[in-house]
This record gives sequence, structure tokens and C-alpha cells, in this order.
Amino acid sequence: MTNTLHRYGLAQSFRDDYILFAIPSKGRNDEGCIPKLKQFLRICIKYNPANIGNGNRGSLAPEKNLGPASHWKRLDRPSWEEVIEGVVKPGTVSAVFTTEEDATACFQEIVEADLGISVNISTSVENARQVGKSCHINRHSVEYALALSDPHDHLPNSQILSLSTMCGHGMVSFNMARKMLDMVREGRRTPAQVIATLTRLCPCGIYNPERARRLLEEARKEQR
Amino acid sequence: MPVCPMGAIYVDPGKNRAQINDDACVECGTCYRGMSTENLNPVLVRTIRRIAKWLKFRFEPEPDVCPTSAFDMNELEMPRLIRQIFSDPVVEHTSTGIKGRGTEEVKTNDVNPRVGTGEVGYTIEFGRPGVGVRFSDIQQMTRILAGNGVSFEKKNPITHLMTDVSTGDLRPDILNEKILSAIVEIKTHIDEVDEVLKIVHEVNQQIDTVIAIGISTRCDENGDDQTLAPLLEELGYSYSRAKTNMGLGRITNKINLNGSNV
Repeated sequence: MTNTLHRYGLAQSFRDDYILFAIPSKGRNDEGCIPKLKQFLRICIKYNPANIGNGNRGSLAPEKNLGPASHWKRLDRPSWEEVIEGVVKPGTVSAVFTTEEDATACFQEIVEADLGISVNISTSVENARQVGKSCHINRHSVEYALALSDPHDHLPNSQILSLSTMCGHGMVSFNMARKMLDMVREGRRTPAQVIATLTRLCPCGIYNPERARRLLEEARKEQR
Repeated sequence: MPVCPMGAIYVDPGKNRAQINDDACVECGTCYRGMSTENLNPVLVRTIRRIAKWLKFRFEPEPDVCPTSAFDMNELEMPRLIRQIFSDPVVEHTSTGIKGRGTEEVKTNDVNPRVGTGEVGYTIEFGRPGVGVRFSDIQQMTRILAGNGVSFEKKNPITHLMTDVSTGDLRPDILNEKILSAIVEIKTHIDEVDEVLKIVHEVNQQIDTVIAIGISTRCDENGDDQTLAPLLEELGYSYSRAKTNMGLGRITNKINLNGSNV
């Protein structure tokens, strides 16, 4: 999931953003991997994830049969079971954590479970190194995200980029991030309502609602 | 409408109805799949909105709810189908059997070695975030990279679309198609990092999109990277985030001695 690599922000901005994901390799370890992927997610939900995903849906998903009255009671509680039971084909499964303690404890149990599937951590370089060190696991390979190249000046400001790039597949548009940010600033939506909207748009379940909450609060105080 | 990553949905002032700009649309499915729906009667919804507008009531719809379930996905054929394959993250790439951008990169380097010691892998991603790209622009890059003798990753959807990997030429029928993003994957010796990154940035000046570069290597037996990270710093490239393969994978499929699955 390069989906998780190019989140916008400095290393300090990823202090509450640890993504653990498991991915089978086609022709290498994809046979019989579904129970292992489900087990990976079952381990993850023990350690307070902010979101989990199976590549098709995250823990908050769009609802297709809303009624006019449902605007007062839209679901904003994550559904772990629907994500886990939705793992039906080999593919990436993931969980987002907001503290080093939760990410480390979860990774430790994943190591002990010995699933035989490749496991990656996507966060700052130092965060990942620290999680591995705490669990006595040496890194195998590392892929660094270089700064975005934008010579034609297409990109919006850092606040919009930070909110939008948490769905690396681009399903949270700049316009949506901007609108949500404005709605919070103008008091027309609460951060909780906005976060649920943004999280639902990311079908892989790697959007980090807690980091979004912090970014929104920071942006509300710092008008641009 | 803010839900569209490409800004392709707009309200036509003449018709007073939402329209989709087909040329800007990349068939990502965000409007269809990502929005919640209410299935209300369109005439009723429009009438209520017209009355609210006439009374100068402030009307503020939920930006991720389509009240009339108006969106539907078209049955697509090539070459337009390529837009959906590269833009909708829940659609599998038929060439690699992988969703999203369709490649394992170094995420499975522990069981499917792509980047070895002394080598550097590059994921050169076009169009992301939020800008999009046409294949003709990608071809401009692949041609120049091919001319410089780099090797393209075989198990990558863009490589599959090349008519000639030695020239970097892509299928002519797709060149005008616009997509949300795509990754070109190459590999070089570590000595060539400076040259390759310079080429990518130079070509980006000529093509009207954004580029996100991922650059990877194999760690040593202690889990350290004592080659690429110091080199990037020396060359003045900054990075703060990384994707780290923790080396927990192993081959569990039954494989013949000749390498094919049994």
C-alpha cells in the first residue's frame, strides 16, 4: 500500500500515526492466507486501533439506505466484525494505531503469532525502527517517501494536504478536505461529524480519524 | 461537488442539474461507492430545495450523501476501462491480480525479492495527490528512463502496458486516457540514485502533474540502512516517512523446483 507512504507532514506529525499492515505475496504465500489475514485483524482489534481495513471497506463505511431522519443519528461507531468477515480474497489488511505503546504491543503479538505473511509498518522512519527494536525484530527493507514534486503548483496548503493524503488513493478530495475544514472553523459541523465523513470516504480503512481530529483542532486555531 | 477527487461534477447553470465532465472523470467510483444514499424521490427533493431557495432558507446538505441515489457506474470498455482500473482502489489490476496501484513493491521483499543489497527500488507515482495524469505524460517519463537504460519492474501494471520496454512506449490507444494515479517502478544500482532522481525532477518540469517518489532498499543483517539513507541526506533529499518491511514473511505455497506453483 503505497497508499500509506505519502502522507503529508513532518516526522513529528506522525507521532499518533502507526499503520500496521499484512500483505500476502502472489505465488509465494497467498494459498490459505485468508484465516491468517483475519487472525491479523483479530489481534489488531485488541490494541485500540483507530481504524482497520481490508482493502474493500474500513471500519466506517458509507450507508446505502439512509432515511431523511437518519441525519440526526448517523452511525459513527466503527464496525470491526464487518471488516474482518469481509476478508474473502488475498489482499492487504491493515490497522491504524495512535500510540507507540499500542502499535508495539500489537506488533509483538503478531510476531508471536508467526503468520508467515509480510508485515509492514508505515509511520515515521524512527517510529518504525523503535517498534521493531522494542520487539527485537530487525528491519528487512525500507521505502522512504521523498518530498512531493509539484513544479506546476497544483497542491493546496499543508492543512488540506495533511487531511486529504490520509487516503493515499485520493478518495478524500482536496475540495472535500477544504469544505470540512471550513465547516469546523465556522462552527457548522463538529470535528466528530467531519471525521466520520472523511473516514467513510476511504475504502481501504487506513484513514486515521484521531490524527484528523488533531489536525482539525490545530487548523481551527491557526487560520490561513 | 466536493466529493469528486477530480472536480469533475458540477451543476450546469442552464439545466440546473448536476453534470459530470466525462473528460475530467477518471472513473474512480468515489461518487458512487463513497457516498451514502437516501433513495428519495428526485422530484420531491428538487421541489423542497426550490421552495427553500425561494424562502432564502440556508440549505446545507451533507456533502457525502446523495439524497436521490443518482449515481451509477457505467459499463466500460477499453480504452476508457483503463481509467477505472487505475483509479478505483477496490478494482483489481488484471495484470498483477492486486488492487490499489497494483504492485507489491518492497512490501513483500522478504518473500519475493525485488530489491537486493546494493540495489535501489523506485516507485515513481504520477498524479497523486489529487491532480491526475494522462498516460501520454507517463510515457514521456518512461521513454526517457528507458533511454537511460533503467530496468522496469516486470510485475507492475504500467510495465504490462508497454509495447516495448526497451523504449518505454505505452499502448497508443490509452495515451489520452486520464487516471487518478499510476506507479512506474524501476530498479538501479545505488550509484545511479542521483542521476535517476535528477531525471525524474527534470521530466516533471515538462509534464503537468505532481509526482510522489518512494525510494527503497534492503537493510543489512542488523536491520540498518547504511547506504541509501546517508546518500539521500548527502544529496539533499528530505524524507520523514517510510514504509518498513519487518521481515516476518516466508514462502508457504507449495512450489515446484522450477519455481511454478503445484
